Amino acid sequence: MSDFNFLLAGFGGQGILFAGKVVAYTGLIDGIQVSWLPSYGPEMRGGTANCSVCLSENTIGSPLVTEPNGFIAMNLPSFDKFIDSVAPGGVVIVDSSLIEKTTDRTDVNAFYVPATKMAEENGLKGLANIILIGKLFKETGFCQKETLFEAVRKCVPAKKAHLVDSNIRALELGMSC
Amino acid sequence: MAEKVLMKGNEALAEAAIQAGCRHFFGYPITPQTELAAYMAKRMPKIGGTYLQAESEIAAINMVLGAASAGVRAMTSSSSPGISLKTEGISYLAGSDLPCLIINVQRGGPGLGGIQPSQADYWQATKATGHGDFQILVFAPSTVQEMVDLVAGAFDRADKYRMPAMILADGMLGQMMEPVAIEEGSANVIEKPWAANGHQGKRPHNIVNSLYIQPDELERLVAERFEKYELIKKTEQMCEEYLMDDAEYCVVAYGASSRVARSAVNSARAQGVKVGLIRPITLWPFPNDAINAAADKVKAMLTVEMSMGQMVDDVRLAVNGRCPVEFYGRTGGIIPTPAEVLAQINKLAGGVQ
Repeated sequence: MSDFNFLLAGFGGQGILFAGKVVAYTGLIDGIQVSWLPSYGPEMRGGTANCSVCLSENTIGSPLVTEPNGFIAMNLPSFDKFIDSVAPGGVVIVDSSLIEKTTDRTDVNAFYVPATKMAEENGLKGLANIILIGKLFKETGFCQKETLFEAVRKCVPAKKAHLVDSNIRALELGMSC
Repeated sequence: MAEKVLMKGNEALAEAAIQAGCRHFFGYPITPQTELAAYMAKRMPKIGGTYLQAESEIAAINMVLGAASAGVRAMTSSSSPGISLKTEGISYLAGSDLPCLIINVQRGGPGLGGIQPSQADYWQATKATGHGDFQILVFAPSTVQEMVDLVAGAFDRADKYRMPAMILADGMLGQMMEPVAIEEGSANVIEKPWAANGHQGKRPHNIVNSLYIQPDELERLVAERFEKYELIKKTEQMCEEYLMDDAEYCVVAYGASSRVARSAVNSARAQGVKVGLIRPITLWPFPNDAINAAADKVKAMLTVEMSMGQMVDDVRLAVNGRCPVEFYGRTGGIIPTPAEVLAQINKLAGGVQ
């Protein structure tokens, strides 16, 4: 498999770090190398939150993703900040219900998914992040489908187990668009 | 083999310390190490241990001194500005020949500096963690698993040599998650006949002290300690060599920056540059032997750090003029990119500028 270097970015509270954790868990389940690095500090307070996730069969060098081959943007400041850093040929997934802009770049594969709106319409409020992970999975194939579902089951804490089903529905919704 | 889980470096350090038999933690919150203390606060009461949030870093290190005097495995953690506050206590621990574990999850300095990852406390950790003639053991992990693996060894060596040990991490390693397996019950029990604990009148009482008014007595004690340091320098150096067998150029980097350097070394190799990496795992004792051996083989070395250049001093001492030693670093909380380091390797190799 090729290396996946993902960058997920948005506002604090959108579940960016959780979404990254789901991706990271797929690597753990598959027994490959994984790293998950969050932004921390002042930028989380009202500004942008982001996390870098690397999946590789080889030792992971820098866990800080500076040239992502998969990028999820959930707010405009993050889109503006990182869109130029995406590696040529990389996948860009934009929550188009929150970001009206599109990219001028023709060397990346950009997808505009109204994830926040879709989440609200499908009774999955707050799961736009997971819908976008479903789309990232569809466009990059970073793991097997069953592994992704298993990762969600592992990441949802025991006391919130009732949310597993809605997270899986959100993944399926993202995969279908 | 324990099951692999995803854990933050800070939490993994805490759990590893518990598995290494540490039941006494004294801390004070500071970004980016707070998860370590928070984890201890959650776990210690459940396993009969002590978690105590002190009123300051200075209080916390002195509580470590007290607990260590009684012979238990004691630990504190902080980040750069907090470590500065602890240095008085660390000097007293060293002067009292007490073992303990200190974690520094470094952030940018000087002063309050910033909260992003840094390696600017190398000099402090290896040259002067307080006043007086002394050294502490310093370990520099580069992965979450290695953070775990070094904790038990750090406690063991601290106990064996009766001196403080430090794990010098940084905000990146503390905050990141990686798969990690933590073996349960890795604690080695090392007898401490010197400990000042209850003895029911069955032996003369022990005294733990760092005050020696008579200069000749103090000189003798310090000299004895330095004999021990010489032994440690001979026996405890640790480093990892990567692609060094046929290397014409050598990058030296530790901790988080060694990960960046490793990526750059791989890219340079793909371009045909014969470059390798020496990654010090102990910073004190510094792996002089490996650098020394490499200095006779390579054309030049490049030290990469998240500082203005601190470890490079020790590299140059080990190389002793036999080959050029260049430096590249970013500081203030900036993590160098693999592309930046690759450009420096190419410059060193006289290739693409």
